[in-house]
Amino acid sequence: MGFNSLVAVCLAYVIMLFAVAFMAERRARRSRLRFLRSPWIYTLSLSIYCTAWTFYGAVGYAARSGLEFLVIYLGPTLVFVGWWWLLRKLVRIGRTHRITSIADLISSRYGKSNALGVIVTLMSVVAATPYIALQLQSVTLSFDAFAARSPEGWALPDQGATALWIAGGLALFTILFGTRNLDANERHHGVVTAIALEAVVKLVALIAVGVFVVWGLGGGPVDMLARIDASPIAEWPLQPGRFAGLTFVSAAAVLTLPRMFQVLVVENVDERHLATASWAFPGYLMLMSLFVVPIAVMGLELMPEGSNPDLFVLTLPLSQGQGTLALLAFLGGFSSATSMVIVAAIALATMVSNHIVTPLWLALRRASTRAPGDVRGLVLISRRLSIIGVLSMGYMYYRLSGGSEALAAIGLIAFVGAAQVLPALLGGIFWRGATHVGAMTGLLIGFAIWAYTLFLPSVGDAGLLPQSVLQSGPFGIGWLRPHALFGIAGLDPILHALFWSLLFNALAFLIFSMLSFPGPLERLQGVAFVNVFDQSPAARSWAQGGVEAEDLLSMAQRILGAREAQHFFQTQASAQGKEGFLPDTTSPFIARLERKLAGSVGAATAHAMIAQLTGGSAVSMQDLIAVADETAEAKEYSATLEAKSEELARVARALRDANDKLRDLSVQKDSFLSQISHELRTPMTSIRAFSEILMEPDLPDALRAQYAEIIHEEARRLTRLLDDLLDLSVLENRGVQLNISVVNLHDLLNRALQSASSTRPERAFRIERDFPTEHMPVFTDTDRLVQVFINLISNARKYCDSEHPVLRIEVRKRGKRVQIDFIDNGAGIAKHSQKLIFEKFARLTDESRAGSAGLGLAICREIMANLGGTIDYLPGQGGAAFRVSLPLRRGREVGAN
Amino acid sequence: MPQPGKPLFLARRSYRRRRLMDAARLLPVLGVVLILLPALWVPAQTPAPDTGRGGIYLFAVWIALIVAAFAIARGLGPVLDAEELPEQGARDPLGTPD
Repeated sequence: MGFNSLVAVCLAYVIMLFAVAFMAERRARRSRLRFLRSPWIYTLSLSIYCTAWTFYGAVGYAARSGLEFLVIYLGPTLVFVGWWWLLRKLVRIGRTHRITSIADLISSRYGKSNALGVIVTLMSVVAATPYIALQLQSVTLSFDAFAARSPEGWALPDQGATALWIAGGLALFTILFGTRNLDANERHHGVVTAIALEAVVKLVALIAVGVFVVWGLGGGPVDMLARIDASPIAEWPLQPGRFAGLTFVSAAAVLTLPRMFQVLVVENVDERHLATASWAFPGYLMLMSLFVVPIAVMGLELMPEGSNPDLFVLTLPLSQGQGTLALLAFLGGFSSATSMVIVAAIALATMVSNHIVTPLWLALRRASTRAPGDVRGLVLISRRLSIIGVLSMGYMYYRLSGGSEALAAIGLIAFVGAAQVLPALLGGIFWRGATHVGAMTGLLIGFAIWAYTLFLPSVGDAGLLPQSVLQSGPFGIGWLRPHALFGIAGLDPILHALFWSLLFNALAFLIFSMLSFPGPLERLQGVAFVNVFDQSPAARSWAQGGVEAEDLLSMAQRILGAREAQHFFQTQASAQGKEGFLPDTTSPFIARLERKLAGSVGAATAHAMIAQLTGGSAVSMQDLIAVADETAEAKEYSATLEAKSEELARVARALRDANDKLRDLSVQKDSFLSQISHELRTPMTSIRAFSEILMEPDLPDALRAQYAEIIHEEARRLTRLLDDLLDLSVLENRGVQLNISVVNLHDLLNRALQSASSTRPERAFRIERDFPTEHMPVFTDTDRLVQVFINLISNARKYCDSEHPVLRIEVRKRGKRVQIDFIDNGAGIAKHSQKLIFEKFARLTDESRAGSAGLGLAICREIMANLGGTIDYLPGQGGAAFRVSLPLRRGREVGAN
Repeated sequence: MPQPGKPLFLARRSYRRRRLMDAARLLPVLGVVLILLPALWVPAQTPAPDTGRGGIYLFAVWIALIVAAFAIARGLGPVLDAEELPEQGARDPLGTPD
């Protein structure tokens, strides 16, 4: 494989990443986020934990110290399987308070102190620089490995040049997709998606090499085990202190490394994704580590003496003539390195611009903030410059250090540095007593010890510290030697630095926290963070020093951009019930605005900007807290009382209604018997009378026929009444057999109208319908439904007392149900009767009683219940109005119960 | 009616969920103990080669932790579903008042 084709493959891969990121951004812009919001994308993006240090370095680590490398991945596994306890809280806080970075979290928790933000930012930058250098080095080394193997023997132009090209390309990608916008909560869908893709590439690559090594070279798992036992690393020189210490530091790093915090907390879109990541991410780590020992063992066995074990993943397939596999491994390493650098650069650039550049600019221009000026542009530019700065520092470090051999050492140094944030972080989210002073002291002491004992001695070949200091301590003070503080020599340097730095860090944090007093804002933030699950975000009260909404809008526009800011103000105004763009500057509104701004420029800066406009924040904060406590108690008490009395009133009302109805029903029931006997008796009487007349012998034929007709008519009425009664009793017992079929609702209404037209046919009745809405298929018992419709339409024809009667039929689809309203323009039904009309024998007036027994609506109600629907009287429609509501698709089961 | 063999207990499901939360909190403790166990066994002092055995042990612990975490995550899913507020600005990227 020639140099050019390798470069071509790289370029093609990079172009693919750009395309993926671009497409993801486009989807996000169109709010088509479903795919981007999958828990798998989230889990995969977490895999930036596995950098080139994992991809290449783990094998080297295993070749040097056996199984110890595993703890680097077991530590995070512990953190993730314990997600319920820690990660969930962290993510909830991050989302509630719109945290933009780990520095923002610390600064925000300790009273939005920018000093803390600056400290954490600087520490992170210092700790991350060697790590970025390491990624550049690994890619350069992997290019080299190809060069050395190449049959054409192409000479690599210059290692420095390769690293420069890579750093430049990464800076371009990061600026393009990492600083597109100052999105709320700093989310980068394009970057995250590209990184998820890279995660797949590196996993596949490492597993492919592993499978090739175990089954292609090692002869299967059983042989592989034998080879491990026979290899130079067969003995496991476990040092308990180092084993436990490294587990701890890697667990801490997965929380506190800026890039991990970025993907874990800031880019999290849904807390539920953590549940998936809790097992899937450990699974990913496990798969990444699975083949490391076999690759190391085979590398030691097959590769010539003195080859760099850090590159076995690449050189082993190359030496076996597996060009394609080696290329895949190369891409895997490339992915590991690039994804780490991109996210680290974004995280660090956010921190630098939010905590250093923007506050500086604000301080310099304090007098003229009200003048127009584009903060948004400033933040973007400062972020872009920061990305370039971070990458150049990584590149410079790489050139200066000359590419040290052991990758693992640099990784661990960065881990220990990042872990210094741990006491302030954990204390901040679990202990209300943690204060700003404690956090600051702890961080500074821990950082200083880390720099002195671990970081400075590691920089470059000889270290930045003179050899004499390393050997005999500064100024000859022996107990201050960097690798043997307090005269305790012989400890592993990493363990030594970890122990002393974190011990003093945590002690200083605890002691100074206990000794100092938190500021008011700090106390509020402390409560809001520690009790994040118990409360909605604390509303921070702003003294309303006469700030104008217009000023706030002009400031917000400069940060959020005009469109977003205006939209935000408009929604806030309409939430307050106001027109236009300017809401009242109430405390809740200002607090919301501050949180919104914090999503773009960080909590401390947002707070400072608002403070400038509102004229100071902490003026009456203490008083406010005292007052708030008292009022909150009183409010809670009265609120519970109010809720209770409301509940009682509701119950009483319901009881009263039920009682009234029962009384009415009992009256009805009493009259039921008399009514039914009356109803039966009337036709019976006429039948008896006329049949007696018919018995007369000399009746004219014409009269006989007429009387027979009357008897027949009365008998039919009797039958109809009895049919109705029977029908009702069957319906009431839900014993009816439904005959479900599909029908167009429109046709059904036509049928009903036609059938009902025989009722009082002499009246000119206007029917208003909206045909297009009526066309929909309904699965139901159509005959029964039509019966209901006929009944309603006939009732309208019968009882509508308007001079020009009009019946309006409206059909509406509501989800899986359909509502059909029958509204006429008559006098309607009196309020006290509305409850009774669906009862048996309920008849309101006597004027149209002929031919009706008062069972129609009762039957309608029972039919609708059987069809799974309802029929209700719709008051307030300017006439009698009935609403029939039924499911579009009635199940085939019989009855509604 | 209580079924035979099942003790009478109200709110069985939410009780079970709270215990599941306890399990979720305890799982990392168990993990720490299991992972640090080889330190007690001090492989360097045993005569036989240990890297192979130790690796198998650590990976077995690892897989067990993953499986346990999977089970717990499945069990706690409904709790999270109930808690999760819809992300602000899911539809409307500009955010709405909270």
